[in-house]
Amino acid sequence: MKRYFFDSPKNVKIFFAVFYLFLVFSLIAEFFIHKHIYFPWENYPFFYASFGFVAFVFLIMVSKHILRPLVKRREDYYSD
Amino acid sequence: MISPIPPAILFIFGAFVIPFLRGKALSIYLLSLPVLGFINFINLPEGVHYSINFLEYKLIVVKVDKISIFFGYIYHIITFIALLYSLHVKEPAQHIASIVYSGAALGVVFAGDLFTLFIFWEMMAFSAFYLIWASRTKESYTAGLRYLLVHIVGGLFLLFGVVIRYFETGSLSFGYIGLDGLSSWLIFLGFGINCAFPGLHAWLPDAYPKTTPTGGVFMWTFTTKTAIYVLARAFPGEEILIWIGAIMTVFPIFFAVIENDLRKVLSYSLINQLGYMVTGIGIGTQLSLNGTFSHVFCHILYKALLVMSMGAVIYRTGKIKCTDLGGLYKSMPLTALFCIIGAASISAFPLFSGFVSKSMVVEASAIEGLVPIWFMLTFASVGVLEHAGIKVPYYAFFAHDSGIRTKESPLHMLIAMGITAFLCIFIGVMPSFLYSLLPYPVNFEPYTASHIVSTTQLLLAGILAYVLLMKAGVFPEEMRATNLDLDWFYRKGAQAFVWFINNPGSHIMQRLNTIFFIKIPNFLGWFTKNPLLAVKILIDSIILVFSIPEKREKIKARLRAEKLKYPGDPLLPISVGVLVLWSIFFLLLYLIIYYTRGYM
Repeated sequence: MKRYFFDSPKNVKIFFAVFYLFLVFSLIAEFFIHKHIYFPWENYPFFYASFGFVAFVFLIMVSKHILRPLVKRREDYYSD
Repeated sequence: MISPIPPAILFIFGAFVIPFLRGKALSIYLLSLPVLGFINFINLPEGVHYSINFLEYKLIVVKVDKISIFFGYIYHIITFIALLYSLHVKEPAQHIASIVYSGAALGVVFAGDLFTLFIFWEMMAFSAFYLIWASRTKESYTAGLRYLLVHIVGGLFLLFGVVIRYFETGSLSFGYIGLDGLSSWLIFLGFGINCAFPGLHAWLPDAYPKTTPTGGVFMWTFTTKTAIYVLARAFPGEEILIWIGAIMTVFPIFFAVIENDLRKVLSYSLINQLGYMVTGIGIGTQLSLNGTFSHVFCHILYKALLVMSMGAVIYRTGKIKCTDLGGLYKSMPLTALFCIIGAASISAFPLFSGFVSKSMVVEASAIEGLVPIWFMLTFASVGVLEHAGIKVPYYAFFAHDSGIRTKESPLHMLIAMGITAFLCIFIGVMPSFLYSLLPYPVNFEPYTASHIVSTTQLLLAGILAYVLLMKAGVFPEEMRATNLDLDWFYRKGAQAFVWFINNPGSHIMQRLNTIFFIKIPNFLGWFTKNPLLAVKILIDSIILVFSIPEKREKIKARLRAEKLKYPGDPLLPISVGVLVLWSIFFLLLYLIIYYTRGYM
């Protein structure tokens, strides 16, 4: 069987390594730039990273535990 | 040089040549029509053209200014791309509907008066409706009908608003309206339905996923962006729009997380993106309006790119649900690449188009000090990353291998997606090109170190959260399901209504029918045969009730004789038919209303 790019665990590892590298770089870069801010909280270190992380988890948890139980029906619910 | 003609007319009349063409000639014609349209469009000078006197109204079919020119550019570009993408479609009617749809959208964008605007507005609804029906499935049939019903209602709001406004102001010209009084609210609602305002949005995720793969490119572009255009013209700086827009960015992202159908995910994503534009209109500063317009431009392109890549997936596999797809990058690597470019653009990664437009609206909200709005928009940016940035490309092309092996998209689709992907990156790298087209002077630099670092942090931390949630196994798995939205109210509501009509309703109607159309007319018919004797019988019947027992027999005998004799010798030898009777009744009613109106 033909093997594709992400079939190889090595490639997946490289992919994630590059991702983490970018992440760490963006975190460190914060200390070497001039921040142009509008709100005081933008001055906290890693504000955007923490906001992004927390917002993502919040979004997923609310969708999974609140919205889905409310609106999920069987696939042929409307049967039209 | 012949003088330019209205862009809408060129497209709409141009569309009706299509049935006479086949094969190569048709392809060449489809590709040259938008090019011809574009040449015609850039030769339109600013100002008012084609004003006609229709009855007592002065209609302005074409009014050109910086805002309409801006929309003209992107509408012509996307029409070319979308037609290139749909070259394989054999059915002429679909091409006609698509081109009339683009033409009608251009008609709205260049309309100088509300009546012309309304005509093209309705034309959009009907041509779009055909693109849903063209899927020819049972779902698309009913969804198309619902789409049409919703838009007819929206059109009626608009029409009523326009008519009342004409009587209030004596003018039909289309410009700034602002929210004051009934007519402006009706127009606002009419626009709002097409713009998928929260609560009025359910038609969009209901209908759009059921369009044809090629029709989708047109659908995701025109109706909603034209609504943005009219809102930006008529209601800029209207504070309520800030909140409407912010809510639009936030609520659909939750639905997008749990949705299984990837084109439905893109429908919710569309509402979310419209939210940024609506917020920009609401803030109403030059920066925010520029943000709205540039977001229209970028969004049309990257959303078309995502819709085209998903359309290609449907075209090749016939499937579109997360639970059915996966691993398609193995057979459709280029489509996957284009999809990722679209995903990166919509997520607003630096160097991609979304970055240079969305940041304008978000920054405008910060400059105005709108703290809750700023938080909502920033939160929604993370939501965009989740559903459009990660979910769409990941579940279609990567995830678990579904085992589907197919062919790469056909060449014309690849070229269409390639051009769009190029434009997404080009605008991201060289925003000055886009900014030079904007109606207001641009004093905004997207590529500051601060912008780049904060956006990158936000997005990469979001991806990190995704990776960790996946690894921890708490990320919600994709499920086959119908997720309810507000269309439940009219879909189930209609069923309940039909049940009511068929059961208690029909019983009540039967009774009413008997009373109004049988008993009362029969009585009146009988009465008019000899009113005098009829009144006598009536009086005798009443006397009978109140009479003392001794006289009762006598009265009864008299009544019997009278009834037997009836109709006897009528004084008026006319019998009035049922129909005439009702006509007289309503004429009388009308007369009473007419005369009493003066005293009310």
